[in-house]
Amino acid sequence: MNRLLPHPGLSVLLVAMWMVMVNDLTFGTLFLGLVFGIAVPLFTAPWCPGRPNVRFVPGAAYVGLVVWDIIIANFQVAAIILFKPTRNLRPAWLNIPLNLTTPEAITVLAGTISLTPGTVSADVSACGKFLLVHALHAPDPASEIAKAKARYEARLLRIFA
Amino acid sequence: MSAGAPWAEALVSALIVLGGSFALIGSWALVRLPSLMERLHGPTKASTLGLGALLVASVAYFQLIEGKWTTHELLVSVFLFVTAPISANLIAKVHLHRLRLGEASEAVGPAGTQPPPAPGVEWATHQAPHEGSAGDLQGD
Repeated sequence: MNRLLPHPGLSVLLVAMWMVMVNDLTFGTLFLGLVFGIAVPLFTAPWCPGRPNVRFVPGAAYVGLVVWDIIIANFQVAAIILFKPTRNLRPAWLNIPLNLTTPEAITVLAGTISLTPGTVSADVSACGKFLLVHALHAPDPASEIAKAKARYEARLLRIFA
Repeated sequence: MSAGAPWAEALVSALIVLGGSFALIGSWALVRLPSLMERLHGPTKASTLGLGALLVASVAYFQLIEGKWTTHELLVSVFLFVTAPISANLIAKVHLHRLRLGEASEAVGPAGTQPPPAPGVEWATHQAPHEGSAGDLQGD
């Protein structure tokens, strides 16, 4: 089982993406999708030896939460861009200490922070324990850091447990 | 364009106007914000809700007016969500490098220079991955 499907999650993702791309629900496309879903992880397995442990139900809930946050934050940032004068803008660098340890989890956190408008992740520390984030308007950097940790990192710690 | 129900056309139009407005606000942000790091926030916005609304409008158009399901929009948004943070991250990293090299054209933004992560530790951009560091890939 492990030898034929080194990354079962990736296989499922590839089949799903193939079906979405062809936009056609027939046995033929499903079969071709399965061929890709099995062959691609099999032939790329030597380059990705680790297999991150992902819990799918909290993962799906996390995607929903992030999409909701993106919609809300878009309106907030639009208001800042349109109505807040530059002299009242308080951009800041946030130095977020990380409890996440795996590269996959840190990448997802950094991507989430970049996608939610108002924050862009710029860099990770050489030791992998801090994330450098630029915030467009953060009058209180400490509370922004606490919010990102409580809202996103705590959930990712459970997803990548 | 085949004629659909008026409410369907109104819905699709409203979504297109919403998406276009966010793309416009994102572009306006590029003009009016003070420095590079602030300007980075504009395009990330246009590419999330602005394009998201346009893609929902596309799905709604094909479903409500042409009577077909399309799923390509889902794939577009997935690829966009995967790639948008990477380009923003690369621009930010180039900015950090140029600040460190002291290039005259690179202005320090109102946020100042970035603080070091911790005493004795550097940001990864300024330190190439070496054996045993977090950026060192296994088995290379």
